[in-house]
Amino acid sequence: MLKPTPFHERTSQLCEGESWQDWSGYLSANAYELDHSHEYYAVRTGCGMFDVSPLYKYHVRGRDAMTLLNRMSTRNVAKCRVGQIVYTAWCDDDGHIVDDGTIARLGDDFFRLTTAMSLLYWLEDVGFGMDVQIEEVSEEQGALAIQGPTSRQVLQQLTSANLDDLKYFRIIEDKVAGVPVRIARNGYTGDLGYELFMDANDSLPVWDALMEKSDDYKLRPAGHIALDMVRIEAGLVLIDAEFTSATQAMYPVQRSTPFELGLDWVVNLKKDYFIGQRALREEVARGRAWTTVGIQVDVVALEALYARFGMPLMLPYHSWIDAIPLYADAGKKKQIGKATSGTWSPVMKRYVALARLKPEHAKLGSGLHIEMSIEGQRFTVPAHVVETPFFDPPRKRA
Amino acid sequence: MSEQYDAIIIGGGHNGLTCAAYLAKAGRKVLVLERRHLLGGAAVTEEIYPGFKFTVCSYVVSLLRPEVIRELELAKHGLHIMPLLSSFAPMENGDYLLTHPDDSSNYHELRRHSKRDAEMFPLFNQMMYEMAHAVKPILATVPPDPSAPGLRGLQDLNYLRKHVQGMSKKSFHCLTKLMTMSVSDFLDEWFETDILKSLMALNGIIGTMLGPKSPGTAYVLLHHYMGELDGAFTAWGAQQGGTGGVSEAIASAARSHGAEIRCNAHVEQVLVKNGTAVGVVLENGDEIRSKVVASGCDPTVTFRKLLEEKELPDDLISAIDNFKYRGSSGKVNLALDGLPRYSALGDDASAQCMAEICPNMDYLERAYDDAVYGGFSKRPFMDVEMPTANDPTMAPPGKHVMSIFVQYANYALDPYETRDAQRDAFGNAVIDTLADFVPNIKDLIIHKQVLTPWDIEQRVGLTEGNIFQGELTLDQLFFFRPAPGYSDYRTPVKNYYQCGSGTHPGGGITAGPGRLGALEILRDGNV
Repeated sequence: MLKPTPFHERTSQLCEGESWQDWSGYLSANAYELDHSHEYYAVRTGCGMFDVSPLYKYHVRGRDAMTLLNRMSTRNVAKCRVGQIVYTAWCDDDGHIVDDGTIARLGDDFFRLTTAMSLLYWLEDVGFGMDVQIEEVSEEQGALAIQGPTSRQVLQQLTSANLDDLKYFRIIEDKVAGVPVRIARNGYTGDLGYELFMDANDSLPVWDALMEKSDDYKLRPAGHIALDMVRIEAGLVLIDAEFTSATQAMYPVQRSTPFELGLDWVVNLKKDYFIGQRALREEVARGRAWTTVGIQVDVVALEALYARFGMPLMLPYHSWIDAIPLYADAGKKKQIGKATSGTWSPVMKRYVALARLKPEHAKLGSGLHIEMSIEGQRFTVPAHVVETPFFDPPRKRA
Repeated sequence: MSEQYDAIIIGGGHNGLTCAAYLAKAGRKVLVLERRHLLGGAAVTEEIYPGFKFTVCSYVVSLLRPEVIRELELAKHGLHIMPLLSSFAPMENGDYLLTHPDDSSNYHELRRHSKRDAEMFPLFNQMMYEMAHAVKPILATVPPDPSAPGLRGLQDLNYLRKHVQGMSKKSFHCLTKLMTMSVSDFLDEWFETDILKSLMALNGIIGTMLGPKSPGTAYVLLHHYMGELDGAFTAWGAQQGGTGGVSEAIASAARSHGAEIRCNAHVEQVLVKNGTAVGVVLENGDEIRSKVVASGCDPTVTFRKLLEEKELPDDLISAIDNFKYRGSSGKVNLALDGLPRYSALGDDASAQCMAEICPNMDYLERAYDDAVYGGFSKRPFMDVEMPTANDPTMAPPGKHVMSIFVQYANYALDPYETRDAQRDAFGNAVIDTLADFVPNIKDLIIHKQVLTPWDIEQRVGLTEGNIFQGELTLDQLFFFRPAPGYSDYRTPVKNYYQCGSGTHPGGGITAGPGRLGALEILRDGNV
């Protein structure tokens, strides 16, 4: 049995198609309406509200809290000031990524982690012998991500905190609709947005207060289908799409390093020792086997292929997560990687995908060919390497 | 000596801007001259009342050609079209029909009215998509002249012949019916629910001085089925911040390629020397020279106002003078203090994004009857868009703007009334009719803007206030648009071109004429 999140009493009322998925053992809506379009557009024009309560949440306290997290993270957590959040990855000793997530520094010796996978044993093992208290608060906290251009306005209606002062990747504690809430200025959509963390028992009043403003600020509850489209537009990697956790991979070929995922900016090889550092240094010296980049599919060529079948261009109506062969040549003689997730972007009018490629084929502008099928017949369609994030509006950081 | 341009585009409407963008992208030195203080022509957003943005004239986007979006990278330049996913039609008995973006909801909603129609509806759509797919390539083609086919005309005709030959027999018969029948008769063959038929008939009469029972209107329905968004047919959308944003995006693309765009520059005449256009004269007497001139204005302005009669052959003059405009629609734009409540619907704001006042087929035909000899419908058909149901940028929080497209409003007036009195009476008829379905509407109105076809003509410069620069009936489409023999964007005056909605593929925010016009200019190689 999947568990209800703290918002289930509300989300279950709204989920018209009863379309749910298992997110870490919780019921999580794929879409609230039968068609996800309103939810997707809400994130890019108004505000989408995602119930992200199933995220794993940990509090790490104590004199050695920072030491623990820094030993675990590929980024330098020591630089993270109180009230700041860092996105980071953590690896096993071979430099293979275990998971990615955010670390918020709530006090000098007080941190909070959010992760996609359960991490308690990892934290306890790394922190063995250290002066730390590790507490999992996943079930005790409800979490909402409100993401989109009006998210600041709508949230500002419900809190006395000055949100103009809350910068990108910063976190504060204040009240929202009278409920104590940690407000974090980040998200998984590449847009202006916030994540709100509150006591599970206090969650519904926050949901209700936001919904009360929904008409005024075009806020809509949104589900996984919309979320996956916007995270791809934002060029963000997803566990079990772009990578498999090293702790879950059955075979070496399934493991990835942060460099192979294009997360170079998340790895600080100069900082004090962290788990996987040695292997990652060796990887740099040796040269990476793979990298992950953005590609754009040539829809004009795709349209011409459809025309052969007497069909109009059919674009995917929502994102896909798959492993699609990528070739150097149209004749499929040389495979150079795979596309891992992709979407037609309705706001950008571009067909984009994240792709794992051999580094020599991953330069900006490099041409390649992606396998696609029409009516069961296979073709290759030209594509080329483009910059990520695909979608990167100034308001994200403003 | 004034500056020399490669091309001057008359009119900064969305097609003129598109033409400019393509020419500039091809490296030409381009100048756009717009009479008004803002760009967009009929595709404008104006803050008529402080804090409220109005899509003053054109209010939805559907036919915008995907190749234009792609080639001009319009999304990068600010194009942001939000789909209009449902359509709500209240009935006079208090019931309603609400269409949805997904099939199963539609099925169940239609079953309330007719089990048979619920099953026919997807079949009808499938048939219309097939028709649209068959006809659609025509939209991106320069019309061949079948009466005087050169090699290219023959090739194009042959391509079309092959395309049509690929259709099934059944489809071909259906296409023939669509070309000839009235939308009302055509829908009668498929459905029994009146509200469904009247809701679907709208696209057969919009912008046309014809009633749903007039032959030829079925084709207009098909024309609107060709609208597509992201590869999906019949997808309607609204530009965030109002339709003006589409024009702004195209203008931004044009500027990024180096085009110069001037507002408040009213072109009085095209300068013609020895049958060749050499520039334009502005109202203030300034002359600006260029190698080619293209007009995005309607055919009457393009040929009859901007040129002297002596430059044109008789057949063209009479064709243009016979070209049917007959503006049939007006616009009422409202700034509202709160959420309007349809008595049939309650508080569901998002279902109100698109509402249609068309309670039955006879209502529509009667609305036509009222206006056919002049004046306006006493109880008009209304296409009511409330962009603020989804778009937070057009009005302050909690407030709304409502764009009401009203038909019929005859360009020809009731001879016993002044324009002002007619406008007031027209506006009142609209609000009174709407109040029958939205009881609280009168209490919510902060500001009201009323435009009759005459006002649209004065404001935007569209002859007789026709929103498509000429009716979209079969006799005025493809190689008849705007006149037989002159449908290839060229004119009898050398280096003077057409690029407005009065040319193929016609009106609506398609950007098709602008693109095809530019491509023909480049093909001629005189610039």
